[in-house]
Amino acid sequence: MCGTCGCSDPSNVTIDDGRGVHTHILADGTEVTHSHERGGSQHHAHEHGGSQHHAHEHGGSQHHGHEHGGSQHHAHEHGGSQPHTHHSDRSIAPAHDTTLITLEQRVLAKNERLAERNRAFFLGRKLSVVNLMSSPGSGKTCLLERTLTELRPHVDVAVLEGDQETSNDAARLRQTGAPVVQINTGTGCHLEADMVWRGLSQLDPPAGSTLFIENVGNLVCPALFDLGEHARVVLFSVTEGEDKPVKYPHMFRRADLVLLTKTDLLPYLEFDLDRAHSSITEVAPDAEVLQLSTKSGEGVDAWVQWLKRLSRETVGR
Amino acid sequence: MHELSLTQSIVATCERHAEGQPVKRVMLKVGRLAGVELDALRFCFGVCSEQTLLREATLEIEEIPGLGECQQCHQRVDMDRLIAVCPCEKRARLRLVAGDEFMIQAIEV
Repeated sequence: MCGTCGCSDPSNVTIDDGRGVHTHILADGTEVTHSHERGGSQHHAHEHGGSQHHAHEHGGSQHHGHEHGGSQHHAHEHGGSQPHTHHSDRSIAPAHDTTLITLEQRVLAKNERLAERNRAFFLGRKLSVVNLMSSPGSGKTCLLERTLTELRPHVDVAVLEGDQETSNDAARLRQTGAPVVQINTGTGCHLEADMVWRGLSQLDPPAGSTLFIENVGNLVCPALFDLGEHARVVLFSVTEGEDKPVKYPHMFRRADLVLLTKTDLLPYLEFDLDRAHSSITEVAPDAEVLQLSTKSGEGVDAWVQWLKRLSRETVGR
Repeated sequence: MHELSLTQSIVATCERHAEGQPVKRVMLKVGRLAGVELDALRFCFGVCSEQTLLREATLEIEEIPGLGECQQCHQRVDMDRLIAVCPCEKRARLRLVAGDEFMIQAIEV
């Protein structure tokens, strides 16, 4: 849902550049761009013609949850999530009057193609791009606020901020003076390469800058979607369980860097740092690990150095 | 619930290949370590296929068990969850041999 105009299609994605101009991406891929006068009348025309209107009407997926056709309901019933294997020699054989079309197509192939397009854009602009991921409340936005302030005197920075709703985080980060574009995913629980591409066209990050993509707070869904980033950084705060990495291995296994955050709280918690480190090593033995506290500043310098090194390595500066 | 956007992608791909014909079966291959929840996928398929060429289609999912190979001892290790290190004495890295597949195998029209 668009946090500014209240447009209620849950399947769309909105991108807000902070000047009131924003874009909806409807379920059928149609783009609708319009602007809002800030502080003015909340009433505005919101005309979606033809297929756009249609897309809005069918957004509510839960409405239809139990109205499957008969064949879908009964042809393939499983008790719970019991694993099973089909014998392909039997199940693949088509019925008499039908045609089998072999696709052998990876479901994520489209996102990966679009991530390649992002990568080409990053290369052309000499950007160094970090995908920041964690569960909600691990301190991504707080860390970014501090990081932008530390980096800005030395390096150009820009942020794509992903949340389901509101532009609150983008507004917070703009206080640092950095350019920020908010991407609202509506019901979407993660960013995809295409959303990043559309956000980039509004953000227009300066050449040679470090671009932060703050993903939607979620330890499951963002793991599967390549955005074209150079590094995946996963935050894991000491207020969470030490075994988070083992519980959410998909997220941690491809991390280039794991940041153990909120370490200023360690004296008040029974958090076992050794267990946390071995939990990271179990699923991501090649990931670097840094401990830091945005509040006390412990480890922030090492993180800034890490970012500068990434920038040198990716853009050769 | 990333299964929703994955299912939208599956439906769109199948529709494109069906070229206007109603789809009777959709055959997927999903590894147990692919990060995809099958019950969620089935639920989303029912929802996303409505008003498409797939509305009458049966969803068939072939599950692929996880399998790793130790980079040192070269033993094959069954993986029911994602682990990075071989349980052998050398504690070497495991290479994922199978279990992260997520493919549309075929459709029947």
